[in-house]
Amino acid sequence: MIRAENLVKTYVLGGQVVHALDDVSVTIREGEMVAIRGPSGSGKSTLMNILGCLDRPETGQYFLAGEDVSKFSKNALAEVRNRRIGFVFQNFNLLPRMSALENVELPLHYAGRHDAVKAARVALETVGLSDRSHHEPAQLSGGQRQRVAIARALVTNPAILLADEPTGALDSKTGEEILALFKTLNANGHTILVVTHDAHVAAHCQREIYLHDGKIAAPPNDDPVAMSQIAADKELLPEAV
Amino acid sequence: MLFWMIVKVAFKSLMANKLRSILAMLGIIIGVAAVIAMLAIGTGAKQQVLDRISAMGTNLLYIHPSPRGTAGVISGTQLNLSDDDARAILQKIDHVKGLAPVVSRSFQVKYLNQNTLTQVLGTTPTYLSIRDFEVESGRMFSDFEVEHWDRVAVLGPLTASNLFGFSDPVGQVVKINGINFRVVGVLKSKGDQGWFNPDDQVIVPYTVEMHVLMGVTYLREIDVQCEEGSDLDAAQNDIFALMRQRHKIPAGMPDDVVIQNQSQFIEAFSATATTFTILLGTVGGISLLVGGIGIMNIMLVTVTERTREIGIRKAIGAREFDILSQFLIEAMLMSGVGGLTGMGLGIGTAWLVGQVSPFPTIVRVYSIVLALVFSAGVGVFFGFYPATRAAKLDPIEALRYE
Ligand SMILES: Nc1ncnc2c1ncn2[C@@H]1O[C@H](COP(=O)(O)OP(=O)(O)O)[C@@H](O)[C@H]1O
Ligand SMILES: [Mg+2]
Repeated sequence: MIRAENLVKTYVLGGQVVHALDDVSVTIREGEMVAIRGPSGSGKSTLMNILGCLDRPETGQYFLAGEDVSKFSKNALAEVRNRRIGFVFQNFNLLPRMSALENVELPLHYAGRHDAVKAARVALETVGLSDRSHHEPAQLSGGQRQRVAIARALVTNPAILLADEPTGALDSKTGEEILALFKTLNANGHTILVVTHDAHVAAHCQREIYLHDGKIAAPPNDDPVAMSQIAADKELLPEAV
Repeated sequence: MLFWMIVKVAFKSLMANKLRSILAMLGIIIGVAAVIAMLAIGTGAKQQVLDRISAMGTNLLYIHPSPRGTAGVISGTQLNLSDDDARAILQKIDHVKGLAPVVSRSFQVKYLNQNTLTQVLGTTPTYLSIRDFEVESGRMFSDFEVEHWDRVAVLGPLTASNLFGFSDPVGQVVKINGINFRVVGVLKSKGDQGWFNPDDQVIVPYTVEMHVLMGVTYLREIDVQCEEGSDLDAAQNDIFALMRQRHKIPAGMPDDVVIQNQSQFIEAFSATATTFTILLGTVGGISLLVGGIGIMNIMLVTVTERTREIGIRKAIGAREFDILSQFLIEAMLMSGVGGLTGMGLGIGTAWLVGQVSPFPTIVRVYSIVLALVFSAGVGVFFGFYPATRAAKLDPIEALRYE
C-alpha cells in the first residue's frame, strides 16, 4: 500500500518559484489501478518520481508498505526502487546492445539474485514475448519494447508498477494493447499507477487522481473520463436502486 | 551485481567502440611495452658486463704500477713491478692462492706465409685459471717451461685460425718477432668482448717475453688470486705494505702501485647500471602515465555519452557503488587489456633487440609484474574520477538526458 501525505516540491527556475507539488496527498491501495492525470506541467512526473523513490519531497511523508521512505538514504532508496518499484517509461528506456532477456534480468542482478535468467524468462512469458528474448531493443517494435520494459518492471515482483505516459510513444492500437496488458496484470494482483495526460488512457483505470498546478483538483466538467464515469454511475444506479 | 556480469558489460561496451577503445589503450600499450623492453635491454646489458667481470672470479686483485707524473699530469706508468715482487707476494702474503705476472706487447706472428699482428702475452699457467681460460686442444705450457725460458706458445682460437686455417697448429712452429716458438696448445673461444677480443692473442712464458722478446725487467701487472672467502682488503693492505718496503718508499710518499679488485668493479658498475635502468624505467613510466590520461579522457566521454543508461540503471535499483564499479572495471579492463598487449609487444621488442644487437636482453618477471600492476593501477587511478562522476549523477536528470 502507498500513502503519501502533504508532499511539497518546489523548483526555482530563472528566479521564479514553481510549485511542482503543493501539498499533495495520495493513497493507493493494494491491487488498485489508478491514473494520475493532468495537463502538461501539472506535476505528474514530479509526483511519480517521488512515489518511485527517484526523488525526495521537500516536506511531507511517504509510506511505502508501511515504511516511511521519505528520509531514506540514497543507497536505501536504490534498494527500494530495486525491490518495491517497477518503472515503465514513455520512451521504454531499455539498454541498447543487451538482449530483451538481459534487460529483464538486470534488476535481479542488482538484487543479487542467482535465479535471474529463470525469473526473467517467466516475466517475458507474462508479457507474451518469450519468442523475442534474444532480440536487442533495436530489433523490436515499439509495442514489443514496451512489453520488455513492463517485464523488467515486474520481474522483481514490486509493490507497485509506475508507468509514466506508457502509451505516449505508441500508436493508438498498440497503446490499447499495452493498456490491456496492464489490466491483465492488475487483474492478477499487481498494483499499477499510470501517469497520463490522456483521458482515454485514464478511462482504463479504476479511478484517477487529477492534478492541476501541483494540486489535486476536480477534473474539468467536459472531461471524457468524468463523463464516462457519470455515465457508468447512471448505469449502475438502477441496479443499486 | 555479479562480478562477471560487470566485466561482460564492460567488455561489450569496449567492443561497441573498438577503434576508440584501441586508441585510448594505445598509450598504455606503448607505455607497458616501453617499460618492459627498456628494462630488458638495461638488465641484459648490465648482466652481460657483470657476468664477464665475475667470470674472472671475485677473489682477484690486480696490481699495476701507479701512473707516473706530478700534480695529476700522467706521463706513462712507472716501470717498477718486477717478477721478484711477484715471488715475494706469493711467499709473504697470507691467503694468496696463486698469482700470474703479466707482460704484453703486440708482435708480428708468422706461420709460413701467414702473418698477423696480435697481442703476445707473457705469463704463467696460473693465468688461465685466474682469467677463466680453458685449453681447447693440446696443453698449456708448464711452470717448468716458464722457468727454463722455453719458447712455447698457446694460441687464441682466432689467431690459430688466422694463421693455420683449419689445420691443427699444435706441434707446429710459429715465428714471433722473428723468433721460433713451438705451439703447444689452442685456447677455447670466449667470444668477442667488445673492448678486446680474448680469442685473438698468443700466450707465452713471461720469462721469454720479458727477456727474449722485449728485453725488459718490469711487468705490466700482477694478477693475484686469493683464497675463496678470504679478506681481500687485508690482503690488499698487506701487498701495499710489502711493495712500499720492497720499493723503499719513504713514509709520507704515495704508493707506487695501484691495486684493484673485482668487487670494486662490480659495485661501481652495478650502481651505474642501476641508475641507467631506473632512468629507462622512468621514461616508460611517464608514457604509462600519459596513457592513463588518455583512458581518463575516453572514460569521461563514455560517462557523458551513457548518462541516460546510468539513469536507467539507477531507476531499476543500481546503487552508487554498482555504477562506480561498472565504470571503474571498464577503465581497468581497458588498461588491463592494454597492459597485456603492451606486455606482448614489450617482450617481442626485447626479443627482437636481443636478436639484432650484440647485447642480450633479459625480461625479468619483476618488470612484467611491475608494468601490469602499474597499468592496472593507472586504470584504477584515472578511471576513478570518471566513475565517481557517473555514480554521483542524479537519476532524474540522467533519465532526462538526451
Ligand atoms: N528539474 C526541474 N527544474 C525546474 N523546474 C522543474 C523541474 N522539473 C519539473 N519542473 C517544473 O515543475 C512543474 C511540474 O513538472 P512535471 O512534474 O514534469 O509536470 P508534468 O509531468 O505533469 O508535465 C513544471 O512547471 C516544470 O517546469
Ligand atoms: Mg511528465
